[in-house]
Amino acid sequence: MSGFFKSSIGRKVAMALSAFFLMFFLIIHLAVNITSLFSADLFNELSHFMGTNPLVQFGLQPVLIFGVVFHFVMGFILELKNRKAIGVKYAQNNGAANSSWVSRNMIYSGLVILAFIVLHFIDFWIPELNTKYVLGDMSGMHGADYRYFHELVEKFENPLRVGAYVVSFVLLGLHLAHGFTSAFQSMGVTAGRKKTLQQIGKAYSIIIPALFIVIALYHHLNPHH
Amino acid sequence: MALDSRVPKGPIKDKWTDYKNKINLVNPANKRHIDVIVVGTGLAGGSAAATLAELGYNVKAFAYQDSPRRAHSIAAQGGINAAKNYQGDGDSTYRLFYDTVKGGDYRSREANVYRLAEVSANIIDQCVAQGVPFARDYGGLLDNRSFGGVLVSRTFYAKGQTGQQLLLGAYSAMNRQIARGKIEMFNRHEMLDVVKVDGKARGIIARNLITGEIERHSAHAVVVATGGYGNVYFLSTNAMGSNVTAAWKIHKKGAYFANPCYTQIHPTCIPRSGDYQSKLTLMSESLRNDGRIWVPKNLEDVKAIREGSKKPTDLSEDERDYYLERRYPAFGNLVPRDVASRAAKERCDAGYGVNATGEAVYLDFAAAIERYGKEQAKIHNISNASDAKIYELGQAIVEAKYGNLFQMYEKIVDQDPYKTPMMIYPAVHYTMGGVWVDYNLMTTVPGLYCIGEANFSDHGANRLGASALMQGLADGYFVLPYTIGDYLADDIRTGKIPTDSKEFDEVEKEVKDRIDFFVNNKGKKSVDYFHKKLGKVMWDKCGMSRNEKGLKEAMVEIKAIREEFWKDVSVPGGANEMNPELEKAGRVADFLELGELFAKDALTREESCGGHFREESAEEDGPQKGEAKRNDKDFAFVSAWEYKGEPADAVLHKEELEFKDIELKQRSYK
Amino acid sequence: MNLTLKIWRQKDASAKGQMVDYKVNDISEHMSFLEMMDVLNEQLVNAGEEPVAFDHDCREGICGMCSLYINGEAHGPDRGITTCQLHMRMFKDGDTITIEPWRAAAFPVIKDLVVDRMAFERIQQAGGYISVNTSGNTQDANSLPISKHAADEAMDAATCIGCGACVATCKNSSAMLFVGAKVSQYALLPQGQVEAADRVKNMVAQMDLEGFGNCTNTGACEVECPKGISLDNIARMNRELMKAAIK
Repeated sequence: MSGFFKSSIGRKVAMALSAFFLMFFLIIHLAVNITSLFSADLFNELSHFMGTNPLVQFGLQPVLIFGVVFHFVMGFILELKNRKAIGVKYAQNNGAANSSWVSRNMIYSGLVILAFIVLHFIDFWIPELNTKYVLGDMSGMHGADYRYFHELVEKFENPLRVGAYVVSFVLLGLHLAHGFTSAFQSMGVTAGRKKTLQQIGKAYSIIIPALFIVIALYHHLNPHH
Repeated sequence: MALDSRVPKGPIKDKWTDYKNKINLVNPANKRHIDVIVVGTGLAGGSAAATLAELGYNVKAFAYQDSPRRAHSIAAQGGINAAKNYQGDGDSTYRLFYDTVKGGDYRSREANVYRLAEVSANIIDQCVAQGVPFARDYGGLLDNRSFGGVLVSRTFYAKGQTGQQLLLGAYSAMNRQIARGKIEMFNRHEMLDVVKVDGKARGIIARNLITGEIERHSAHAVVVATGGYGNVYFLSTNAMGSNVTAAWKIHKKGAYFANPCYTQIHPTCIPRSGDYQSKLTLMSESLRNDGRIWVPKNLEDVKAIREGSKKPTDLSEDERDYYLERRYPAFGNLVPRDVASRAAKERCDAGYGVNATGEAVYLDFAAAIERYGKEQAKIHNISNASDAKIYELGQAIVEAKYGNLFQMYEKIVDQDPYKTPMMIYPAVHYTMGGVWVDYNLMTTVPGLYCIGEANFSDHGANRLGASALMQGLADGYFVLPYTIGDYLADDIRTGKIPTDSKEFDEVEKEVKDRIDFFVNNKGKKSVDYFHKKLGKVMWDKCGMSRNEKGLKEAMVEIKAIREEFWKDVSVPGGANEMNPELEKAGRVADFLELGELFAKDALTREESCGGHFREESAEEDGPQKGEAKRNDKDFAFVSAWEYKGEPADAVLHKEELEFKDIELKQRSYK
Repeated sequence: MNLTLKIWRQKDASAKGQMVDYKVNDISEHMSFLEMMDVLNEQLVNAGEEPVAFDHDCREGICGMCSLYINGEAHGPDRGITTCQLHMRMFKDGDTITIEPWRAAAFPVIKDLVVDRMAFERIQQAGGYISVNTSGNTQDANSLPISKHAADEAMDAATCIGCGACVATCKNSSAMLFVGAKVSQYALLPQGQVEAADRVKNMVAQMDLEGFGNCTNTGACEVECPKGISLDNIARMNRELMKAAIK
């Protein structure tokens, strides 16, 4: 089995597996975030649960971190290997004649998403870790209220951050537009090339990022406090 | 030297079995002390190399392309014959034997052909075991199609790419042996001469086509499987690199060359479009099953079509001359290849050719589309179907049958053959002649073997469709591996053949001198200039029909071209590098000698048989008037030519052909 | 038509190459691309210059010898064809045509437009066969029925001509379409089952060793493949390798 994951195909499969995990995580994340559109309380409660439940914190969170880091590191390793495989570059190369822009530029959409995740970590995750594990405040409270909704709204006040957020999710959409079906193909599922799954992939890559963007814009345009 | 064909005694059906039971064998432990060189790795060479290696010999295989998978066997479309009788239509070893001898116009060696038919069935078993994806029916069993000139369905096929799949099968068998270290593969190497030691073939001189290095390779036996010499015509359906060099070089070293004038001209090729043309493209003969061949009846219409003021579809049925149906009512468009080709030439020579070069006839599918359309309308219960609907239904059937060929045609000619008739013209396709070999496939030089299209043995004066693949694989997989053992049994104590002998020195020097001549001869004309000039003489005077005057002229003209070539050929670049012009120069030099022998052979054979049509030997009256006339009394022999310096000085040796199991008959397709 | 050609010239494997401009005139639209190259070479030979070396042989789209990256595409701008089947009617008078060799670290240039594709050979030698002796002592061909669908699909995979356009066109120089096609041909047939696991492992290992890149499923290979080999074959190879790993 270890030999398998050292092979080119094994690594592809590993990329696909981590991608599936991340795509699943995106849905959970979205499900939590979307509640902020209609119920601050529900959002607060879900956030508090996610942030304090030991199973989530010490079970799922490390897996998620591993998944994210793995997907990026492996992505870079493969990109470097692939670049080495090319050798001399063509003087003229008409890639558009046979493949989509997004499929040829996964590394760039990936890099933007990486930059976004770094920003996201600085914005949310590091303060969160600081509050909970450095300062030891596991209450989730800010004065009399839960702090989560409040923090969310506060972050989206800055138009620059919202702008970066929107751009990142557009690129995530593009990344998914190729990545969704590509992951199936890598897993050896020819269904990845069938119409139904391609349509599901299309829908996924548009709807998920779009909803994240809607949430950001909604809070930016409705500074309710 | 008297020719001994070494055909075993006994009844024809027992010859091969008895022979195999009696020959000398080499024990497995000794085989690993024996080296065999195989030059050419197409169907024959590839399958031979694989099998010899499997038996335990050390094989060195040579190919001028970068992989054995590129040999021109790959281009065979139609299929491979085998007497399996899976269709239960009465096929048998005898029938395949009979059809092949008759199709070859009674100019092949009976015993060889019978053996070919005998092992044919086994080829299919072998290929299926190797994973060759032959076409199958819905029950999962192998499918067959029928081919020209026979009355049974015995042709196995893999789409229109049978040659490709069989070659890839042989190639995969080779790969297995290369991986085991039993075959040492020399890609991008060209054999430039054979080395004889004490009269036996003991090695070759080859040029590494990447570095230009001249290499010596020794072995206990040498097998030449380098294909046919159709490119002597410059334009043919052969690959650009197909050449006669290996065969010609062994001829010059003592191997007799048999029947060079037997050439097959295939009737359904895409016509030449201009002087720049580099090769001709064949379309499967199966097209004639549904296509009707015609030219306009009136010369005015021909002119109008050439000028573009009329389209072929504008001509009514009355204005068309379906000349094959007119001349051969019984076989119609399905007459054998040589007959169809000559008939097209006859019409075009009379001025009825339908394209700008005057060398094209129509192959029309309109009638087939309509017929199939009506049939389909009936099957689908469509009453009062419109013409358009019928056409649509019929087109679907034609597309299913010939779609890939139609697409190929459209890509090349830029015309839609569903809407306007195809244009076709005969082109040189296969050479039945080749190096003379005995029953063991050994040439007149001991230890030197020749297999596949490169030898002369099985197809007589005309080859039947789907028989080339059969012969290549039969020779390589099932015949040579036995017969060569009989010879090599004497070599188990010989030990490695040294390459530092004076024999190797001498031949290497000849090879190097010739290369040095080319790169230093600062002539004015390109190799292609001479090749095209030779090709024109060959096509005009040694083509589909030949006469004494033309052949005599051809001999003189070819000699003159050869002399001019040696004076004025220009080969840019150096000897010690990849140099395609240098490669071509060597090959054309040999074609220029072969061409002359070809004409001499055609001149000597004062009869018409198979692909060789002498205008002087035609039926003078009766229903067969104008058709080829064979002369069994004076010409039932194989012409084996011995090299004596100049091609014109070659000495003829006759191998008389005896037909004990088949009655000689005049072919009739009326 | 009159054309300007920008062609990669390189003396040998170790030399440094560069693009060189040439002019050719009076090119007929009925010529094939390689016949146009013949015209150029005849012109060069007559001028005493070294002609451009390029691989070619059958000139009917089946041997897989011809290559050429033309105007940024493997086998040029047409589809379902090799370079030898590309016709000049795809171009127009006054065009400038860029002609380069296949580019991939695993396909080093030998001279001008000729590249070394021995990596493909070694991959085939690693397992592109069924280990059956060619003695002829096999069972009768019809004793093993194979469904028509499997046979047809195997044929579609087996139709690969090994030209290397897939590698040349891939942004990662990946050889997975080529290897996937061979793995698939045997994986689809019962004869291939016995060695299936070893075959895919060995062929993929050799492919990796040769330095081909990884597949990122852009699908460019399938589009440029002259024989239309399907990307499904790569998925099948992935599956086969996973199966082999679990075994």
